[in-house]
Amino acid sequence: MKGYKKYYTQKIIWYLITLIFAVALNFVLPRLMPGDPVSAIAGQAAEGMTDAQAIKKVYDEYIEKFGVNQPMPVQFAKWLKGAVQGDFGVSFSQYPRTVADIIKSSVGWTLALQLPAILLGWLLGNLLGAVAAYIKGVFDKAILPAFLFISNVPAFGMAVILLTIFGVTLGWAPTSGAYGYDLIPNMSWTFVKSVFSHYQLPFWSIVLTTIGGQAIGMRSMSIYELNADYVKYSRFLGIKDRKIVGYVFRNAMLPQITGLAMSLGTMMGGALVSEIIFSYPGIGTTMMSAIKGNDYPLLSACTLIITIMVLVANLLVEIIYGVIDPRIKAAQQD
Amino acid sequence: MKNTIRNIFHSPKFVIGFIIFFGLLLFTFVYPWFVAADPMEMIGQGNFFKPGTYISVKDAVESKNYTLNIEAKSSNVGAHIEEKDKKSMREWLVKYGGVSQEEMDAADDNALVELWFEKYDSKADQKGLTASKKKSYVRLTEKLKKLASDADVILAQENEDGELEATGSFDSQTYVNVGDVGNKRRLVLGTDTFGRDVLTELVAATKTSLRIGLIAGVVATLIGLILGLLSGYIGGVFDDIIIFITNLFTVIPSFVLLILITYSVGQSARGVGTIAAVIGLTSWTWTCRSVRSQVISLRNRDHVNLSKLSGHSMIRIVLTDILPYVASYVVMAFILQISSGILSEAQLSMLGLGPSTTNVATLGQMMNWSTLYAAHLNGSWWAYFPVVLVIALISFSLNLMNTGLDQVFNPQLRD
Repeated sequence: MKGYKKYYTQKIIWYLITLIFAVALNFVLPRLMPGDPVSAIAGQAAEGMTDAQAIKKVYDEYIEKFGVNQPMPVQFAKWLKGAVQGDFGVSFSQYPRTVADIIKSSVGWTLALQLPAILLGWLLGNLLGAVAAYIKGVFDKAILPAFLFISNVPAFGMAVILLTIFGVTLGWAPTSGAYGYDLIPNMSWTFVKSVFSHYQLPFWSIVLTTIGGQAIGMRSMSIYELNADYVKYSRFLGIKDRKIVGYVFRNAMLPQITGLAMSLGTMMGGALVSEIIFSYPGIGTTMMSAIKGNDYPLLSACTLIITIMVLVANLLVEIIYGVIDPRIKAAQQD
Repeated sequence: MKNTIRNIFHSPKFVIGFIIFFGLLLFTFVYPWFVAADPMEMIGQGNFFKPGTYISVKDAVESKNYTLNIEAKSSNVGAHIEEKDKKSMREWLVKYGGVSQEEMDAADDNALVELWFEKYDSKADQKGLTASKKKSYVRLTEKLKKLASDADVILAQENEDGELEATGSFDSQTYVNVGDVGNKRRLVLGTDTFGRDVLTELVAATKTSLRIGLIAGVVATLIGLILGLLSGYIGGVFDDIIIFITNLFTVIPSFVLLILITYSVGQSARGVGTIAAVIGLTSWTWTCRSVRSQVISLRNRDHVNLSKLSGHSMIRIVLTDILPYVASYVVMAFILQISSGILSEAQLSMLGLGPSTTNVATLGQMMNWSTLYAAHLNGSWWAYFPVVLVIALISFSLNLMNTGLDQVFNPQLRD
């Protein structure tokens, strides 16, 4: 374990640097947008007022409240100080709700939906890809083009198709939301059942889109490994096929794990957009309403949360990778 | 070179992908020759008209009549009722008409209509129904009666005194030939939210989206290639900086950057070109990384050293001794960039950050409009399914081409 220390310290320092850049970008970019959403809300609040003095007072109050009259670095310092304590300011579009409150209510849905779905899709895809490479023949010939096509259906497209077939036409699963509109979140049996049935369509649409790409990657990795010299040598030695497949699978797995880390951002992006199709109350839907409502405090909090989720997931994958790849272990022991 | 191209076209995967892709591309160029209509013209008043041929009723009335011995009245009343009406009729009959569920399930459309005339009574005690629902059943019955009646339809015109005067009548055996009707429009895929012809719009949108993908691909590949070549070949501080930036932006998801940048340019600046350029600017890091690592393994090869000793300039060495070796990779990366560019535009548009012009359609915008107006919930498949299919086909064909190229350039992957 001692050898790993350097490896992990380096990784963690690197991720911290990335995080700092990400935070800065998430703060600055949305605020560069031309136009003034604050006066838009102030305008709504001041509607119907006739006294110029009073209108000005309302505007000033709002500008003061959101702190937009200060220079950008001061705003940033203030925002950062709040953000560390979990305070991202007040939302523009859902005023007077705080951004932290909105994020808190949506981040759980996204995590609970995407994490298991991407993991299951990744596992199933790798299994299918390896099996296709090993069995070859009809299974491979039939399954590869099918998965190549499925992996190219965009996540939101898959969402719409599943929704039309199983939600609207067959009526097997509810079409929108995360639970029945007539329910209040609690721990009762009906609520859990409703959440479960609403979960199905978004879940499977993410799983299906993930499977395709992973299966193709794993298949070509496995073919590559099956032709490697060590496999031929093992065959000559008379080692059982089962055992060889085990070796091949482990070797082909490694690049797939790195692949997962690399494509995680893209996958999450796709899955976030498909949330919109199902009106699933996660980060994706929140982000869309933030964009529509010109609500940059909410938008930058959403993108920050997504970035952090991707960063943490990447870091976890790299840590796991360090444990299972013997080469890294060997390199650390030199 | 010639040999490589021949090899490429011997790869079935590449050829299939090539045919699909260029078939689509060709279609976007050929289609406007036959249908000259403006793709953004709002022809339908109302949204989501069904696919089919629309003929002018006035013209149909004025056209020559033919009498065909085909019974056209009540036998197909069932076919003229909408699905949701049928559903509510069934509900009423089971709840208030005393029809058992089994009998209801067994009844087909015409049997349903017969049962309805037999059992429906507007004065029946309909517990639990709102007044408007009750009225809707009365209206439905009126409509059904009209459909089922075999009385002639009288054509009347206003005469000089302002009175209506019958000028002709049609019975249920009167037909017109569709060819005789002058004013008609074939809407192969119906209309969308704004009453635009979906097929014409789709063709225009495909063209725009391909252009976005192409611009994004060119921008990303060029930046990635140039920076990768330079940082790999020069090394030193320049390389360190490039490596830092690429490492940074491979971990920060490009999807997030894309959202942030497109949001920050503001709605008025968000044209097709801007979106394409921004997509390109956020997706070059992969190309850069791979090109760089290949250049590093190439730069100490003998032929490169020979060039250096001969005193060739750096630009010449990079272009003639290094570039040819990374070219195959760059072409493959370019192909993938096109497909991911198209997908990125679609996702951005779904979030409401797509090109903000109203006179150009993109695949993403079509998808966005149809989901905003709930086409996927009200069964208007023609407004979104073709769009999904086109995106999937473009991306599928490009990926197929990429796989084919991969197999040609890396013989180990051949089946």
